[in-house]
Amino acid sequence: MKIYLKVWRQQHKDSKGMLVEYSLNEVDPEMSFLEMLDMLNLKLAKKGERPIEFDHDCREGICGQCGVMINGIAHGPLKNTTTCQLHMRSFKNGDTIYIEPFKAKAFPIIRDLKVDRSAFDAIIAAGGYVSVNTGQAPEANSIMVTHDEAESAFDSAACIGCGACVATCKNASAALFTSAKISHLAKLPQGQKESEQRTLKMVDRMEDLDFGHCTNTEACEVECPQEISVLNIARMNYEYNKAKL
Amino acid sequence: MAKTIKANIPAGELNQKWENYKAQAKLVSPNNRKKLEVIVVGTGLAGASAAASLAEMGYNVKSFCFQDSPRRAHSVAAQGGVNAMKNYQNDGDSIHRMFIDTLKGGDFRSREANTYRLAECSASLIDQAVAQGVPFGREYSGYLKNRSFGGVQVSRTFYARGQTGQQLLLGAYQALMRQTEIGKIKLYSRHEMLDLVLIDGKAKGIITRHLDTGKIERHGAHLVVLATGGFGKIYYLSTLAMGCNASAIWRAHKKGAYMANPSWTQIHPTSLPQSGPYQSKLTLMSESLRNDGRIWVPKTKNDQRSPNQIPENERDYYLERKYPSFGNLAPRDIASRSAKEQIDAGKGVGPLQNAVYLDFAHAIAEYGKNVIEQRYGNLFKMYQKITGINAYQEPMKISPSAHFSMGGLWVDYDLMTSIPGLFAIGESNFSDHGANRLGANSLLQACVDGYYIAPYTIQNYLADEINTPKTNVNHPAFEKAELNARLQLEQFVNCKGDKTAEEFHKELGKILYDKCGLSRSEVGLKQAIETIQELRGEFKKNLLVPGDVDDINSELEKAGRVYDYMELAELMCQDALSREESCGAHFREEYQTKDGEALRNDDNYAYTSAWEWTGNPSKPILNKEELIFEFVKPTQRSYK
Repeated sequence: MKIYLKVWRQQHKDSKGMLVEYSLNEVDPEMSFLEMLDMLNLKLAKKGERPIEFDHDCREGICGQCGVMINGIAHGPLKNTTTCQLHMRSFKNGDTIYIEPFKAKAFPIIRDLKVDRSAFDAIIAAGGYVSVNTGQAPEANSIMVTHDEAESAFDSAACIGCGACVATCKNASAALFTSAKISHLAKLPQGQKESEQRTLKMVDRMEDLDFGHCTNTEACEVECPQEISVLNIARMNYEYNKAKL
Repeated sequence: MAKTIKANIPAGELNQKWENYKAQAKLVSPNNRKKLEVIVVGTGLAGASAAASLAEMGYNVKSFCFQDSPRRAHSVAAQGGVNAMKNYQNDGDSIHRMFIDTLKGGDFRSREANTYRLAECSASLIDQAVAQGVPFGREYSGYLKNRSFGGVQVSRTFYARGQTGQQLLLGAYQALMRQTEIGKIKLYSRHEMLDLVLIDGKAKGIITRHLDTGKIERHGAHLVVLATGGFGKIYYLSTLAMGCNASAIWRAHKKGAYMANPSWTQIHPTSLPQSGPYQSKLTLMSESLRNDGRIWVPKTKNDQRSPNQIPENERDYYLERKYPSFGNLAPRDIASRSAKEQIDAGKGVGPLQNAVYLDFAHAIAEYGKNVIEQRYGNLFKMYQKITGINAYQEPMKISPSAHFSMGGLWVDYDLMTSIPGLFAIGESNFSDHGANRLGANSLLQACVDGYYIAPYTIQNYLADEINTPKTNVNHPAFEKAELNARLQLEQFVNCKGDKTAEEFHKELGKILYDKCGLSRSEVGLKQAIETIQELRGEFKKNLLVPGDVDDINSELEKAGRVYDYMELAELMCQDALSREESCGAHFREEYQTKDGEALRNDDNYAYTSAWEWTGNPSKPILNKEELIFEFVKPTQRSYK
């Protein structure tokens, strides 16, 4: 396949970026999107040019480190997929593809397509855990969790922290990410004890960082690779109001 | 001169050793703990759990990872489950049985005392993870559920859908972030370790490169813990994350830490086959799929029919045929090697004829699609995303690929390397798995090392360091290490050849797959060593790294890792060559039974090889730790 690319190149956080055009002639439809970028980078390196910096690691859809805007869509056109699991068979011969970094004030650009998502770690650090020290735990079966509770908690816990929800949100809100963790832990008996403090601290931290507010457009759910539901956001609001009362 | 080395195993009965150790280990009082600093490199299950646990105790921890967030460590990708002895299923499990399964699975090439301790501590891990909120699979009643896994006949594997590693890691990561917030952990993400710094023979710090700026930094502590995972990525195509590497342990090896059993890399039987030359990695499908999937190939060579058109009597369910009592759940080395036999015999399927079928039609007929979907739904989805094929309708195609490193830094019972003050935990050490890791034991070992062993053994070491002042990073040892690291990076950039690190890596990987992969021979290994030496020579002259040292530069990061792989690869081959027997992941063609099974030689090879760096990668010294089987008599491993 022949593919035309317009890729965001930006030297540093504070420099001005621009879209640069490239083309590739030998794209195999079985390649992953990142393997296509590898191919381009090899070409650039051989020409003595600086390869495109992009984030990636596991390349099996679970680490959450990859993620770019592809034709304006976080992680590209395929539903519920990370960029590494998008394959070139999703594009046609002769297509032009725009590749840009995730854009949000809270995710400063490091270089090219690489962004700094450490704000997500800061939200977790505010309270996204059960406060249990190593060695304190009781016998596991003494904490009963029904099948449905566990499954429901898992649905929220499955978030990979890729940041697509923020990137796709017109307000760059982190509500889906934050609420997924709040819900995961609030749905389980072991997480309920400190649910109030957790929710207040995590929501406050989220607001202190440069994320926007949630206005319920639900775009986050549409582009989430893990199909994290916006019902988590409703849950977060419920937990927050309950804690404030 | 080769020497025999001792593992400092505590005396006493097998089931008393760890209890006795803990009872006698030295303690550090809480007011002294805050004066002591610990560096932990790596934030996977071993690193994050150790960092969090040590910080909870009151030590000051510096935690490093090369990813943008500690949550991305590759433990996140482990799918199938984690073993633990709870005997919840009342099917005859016990610590002793789990110990035997692990020892036997490792083909009697692991240390009895460590393996027993792994089984002993396993139950506590499940308690810990549940308390953290890990949403393990549950029965409707609320009790924890289990499934069975390759190599065992009981159900002792706990799982969180097909994302067990992710959920366990998030638990450990959250514990780590909790301590970061409190200030007991200082987090350095996007940092890569370039060298280990020794002062008076003890590990006292590391040199790192900040990957966002290229800045080279010095970090000191009272000791260093390496939790940097496995090096299966040396094969280029592997199930590991792109960034997984051997550099931290290799550079520690060059500073005096012994490297144990480097040739034992587990080749996983259930990964997706390679589809083309551009491929950068192979994706693993959880081994748990073998619980319900049946593995087969067509009976005739080059059968071009689609799998659903091949009638039952023209299929060879070769694992069930060859290993009736374990069938599709035969251990990984056996399942992988059997797949290779079929592929080599021309019965491989798929466009490149490099795969075998993993078929769920029988399970769907027996339990219904819903049940299968609930058990493995995410894996079926993943399979469809990658291959475009719906595995509910036709069998999956799977193929063996490089996966878990049983080898790694040699450690004693305390998980301390041959360098005082340098600990290695999780997959970065060689520890508990012997020649072949039993499925669902990797998450367990990483967690147990980090949560339950390192906190005791590290404290035992630190008790003698309470009067040692903070490490001075202006010490000449730091200056020298930093200078050497810088010179090496400059050399890469200034080489200005025309082959990228990745191209070298692909070549190296192919040599290893062909000659030091699923099967090895004396002739092949000798050829590999020669080719690797030539490739290493070319690397020095012809490397192409665009960009600068003092800047963001992914190509430079790769160059350093591949440089280390070039040296390690030769050691892997040397190790494989020196072991004139077949065991576990190591199948030497010259040593097999009449039926083509691995032929172990306990009389001469019941030892852990612990290689010593001499300054010349082609002339390592082989030291041996004799494996003494005090409580179990090694038997021929049979899964028939």
